[in-house]
Amino acid sequence: MAEPFRVHRGRAVVLPVNHVDTDQIIPSREMKRVSREGLGEGLFAGWRYREASGREPVPEFPLNRPEAEGATILVSGENFGCGSSREHAVWALAQYGFRVIIAESFGAIFRGNCIRNGILPLSLPGKDCTQWRNGVEISVDLEAQKLILHDQTVRQYDFDIDPYAKKLLLEGLEPIAMTLSQSESIEEFIERDKKMRPWLYSAA
Amino acid sequence: MRTLFDKLWDAHRVEGAAIGGHDLIAIDRLLLHERTGGVALKSLAEKGLRPLDPKRAFAVMDHIVSFREGRDRDEARSPGGGAFITETRAMATEAGLNLIDTDHPSQGIVHVIAPELAIAAPGLTLVCPDSHTCSLGALGALAWGIGSSEAEHALATGCVRVKKPKQMRIRIEGRLPPGVTAKDLALHIIANYGANGGNGCAIEYSGEAVADLDIEARLTLCNLAVEFAAFTAVIAPDEKTRAFLEGKPFAPPSNVLRQRLETDEQAVFDREILIEATTVSPQISWGTSPEETISLSGRVPTDGREKALRYMGLAPGMPIEGVPIGGAFIGSCTNGRLSDLVSAAKVLRGRKVAEGVRAVCVPGSQGVKREAERQGLDVIFKDAGFEWGAPGCAMCFYAGGETFAPGTRVVSSTNRNFEGRQGPGVRTHLTNPAVVAASAVAGRIASPSSLPVREEAA
Ligand code: SF4
Repeated sequence: MAEPFRVHRGRAVVLPVNHVDTDQIIPSREMKRVSREGLGEGLFAGWRYREASGREPVPEFPLNRPEAEGATILVSGENFGCGSSREHAVWALAQYGFRVIIAESFGAIFRGNCIRNGILPLSLPGKDCTQWRNGVEISVDLEAQKLILHDQTVRQYDFDIDPYAKKLLLEGLEPIAMTLSQSESIEEFIERDKKMRPWLYSAA
Repeated sequence: MRTLFDKLWDAHRVEGAAIGGHDLIAIDRLLLHERTGGVALKSLAEKGLRPLDPKRAFAVMDHIVSFREGRDRDEARSPGGGAFITETRAMATEAGLNLIDTDHPSQGIVHVIAPELAIAAPGLTLVCPDSHTCSLGALGALAWGIGSSEAEHALATGCVRVKKPKQMRIRIEGRLPPGVTAKDLALHIIANYGANGGNGCAIEYSGEAVADLDIEARLTLCNLAVEFAAFTAVIAPDEKTRAFLEGKPFAPPSNVLRQRLETDEQAVFDREILIEATTVSPQISWGTSPEETISLSGRVPTDGREKALRYMGLAPGMPIEGVPIGGAFIGSCTNGRLSDLVSAAKVLRGRKVAEGVRAVCVPGSQGVKREAERQGLDVIFKDAGFEWGAPGCAMCFYAGGETFAPGTRVVSSTNRNFEGRQGPGVRTHLTNPAVVAASAVAGRIASPSSLPVREEAA
């Protein structure tokens, strides 16, 4: 399971667009093996490299700019991570080195995938975060639910996060183990359900 | 007073197991495909865990399989893709899952075969590591797309931990005009309320126009809910649902199918939208998000996003009809069912695809393909100059390998017009199958009614 997430300070890369879909985050052609590994290089491949099959960088793409070097925080617009459910998008972001994604809002499946992989999906609706400077330093305190933008003028924001996601991230918990510790409740459900819907358990 | 969604949720909530506001929801049936499911099975095995009830899990081959007619058992459509097929097969077999392999008589796109086999049915919960799992809500099931780690969780525990979403009802009153399909209705809603309009909600579609839709069209409507950023969509089952499912391999018994399952009259939704069906027209996307959609008779917006315009090679204010195309694709979990092929074949009968257009039709499943061939639709497609493929996702998404050339403008019956979705630089226009067929014939974006009258009819 992922490292616990408590505080993080890092440089941010700003992608000032809405509806960044998971096909853009990791193009399908970059998912080459039945594996979670080796995806960092394919991150944003369609935007980051000149050609679909090549690795020559597009210099003006925010991630390739010198001020974003070593970025660990990604900032984008509305509905970030929409589209395909591929968890490879989150694995690619993590392998590249991202720990926090800040966006107006997120695709629901993508958000769930983030918290299971130790990435904090942080929504700041209505804060115009796509206007932030590429390469800006940001610090995030998950426990306190506070974000600080270390720009010419320092700004502080509060953010919301649901208690389950917070707990999972803060403690670096393993969701399967957590649920398996509740096996008794699950077994009770199934026993009762088997009486009500025997056909489901014996179908074909 | 509860909504249909509340009832489905409550019936599957494991008592006393919520954590931090997230319920534990029992999953009746789990679907996997070779693209994202293989990695879940592998990772589960590496943790030394086994599926709780493998007989309620189904592994399907659809995403990477070759769509070449007469393909080999392990033939993929992308380089190195065969490993997804062989590894998923090996792991699914080892774990004891129901396997619907490449050469299985029911093989096809997971969201097409789940209804065909009645793996999805009213009152059931289903998950799949695939975002278009929301399609299955059309049968009155609670079905949604998850990630691979969640699929592992579902396999190991028989449950998914999830926060109950907000609820929205979209009521569609009146009747859709002739030639306007469920695809147009869905695109119309996304264009009007935005690709984020569904905002993580569980949506119930209801109203006269929805009741009018046959089951295949309802599947299309719910399929596009994820492009609306919805958690999922659901439609109350009715007599059509029962008739559609009865007698299918995994169907619940008749008495179960006859149970009423619907929203109570006084139930309250977090948000309600009312749509007048008569105002919906045939739609086509012009940009790179499904919300960038206009009426087929409309013009590219003058305030459209520049990035999308540039990618799509369009100018603001130009009429979308008449824009020359180089490709046409009919298939996918959105519009790859029999009724979709029938509507395209009606346009294609006695006509030819324009020169310079590569046109491909891939039935959504072996069942669809068999029935289409029994009705002679394959002959109509092939005579018109369409390629006729073997079931799977095919050209709905690019996975490496063969596709349209960069820059090709493609009219497509699929659900995503994202940059590069159908291939690097490929420009996708989403529309209904009849418009795809008409455009293929005209060699440019065209409505079926704009085509010259067929010779035999003249
Ligand atoms: S047909 Fe397209 S959208 Fe549907 S499951 Fe396959 S790849 Fe996904």
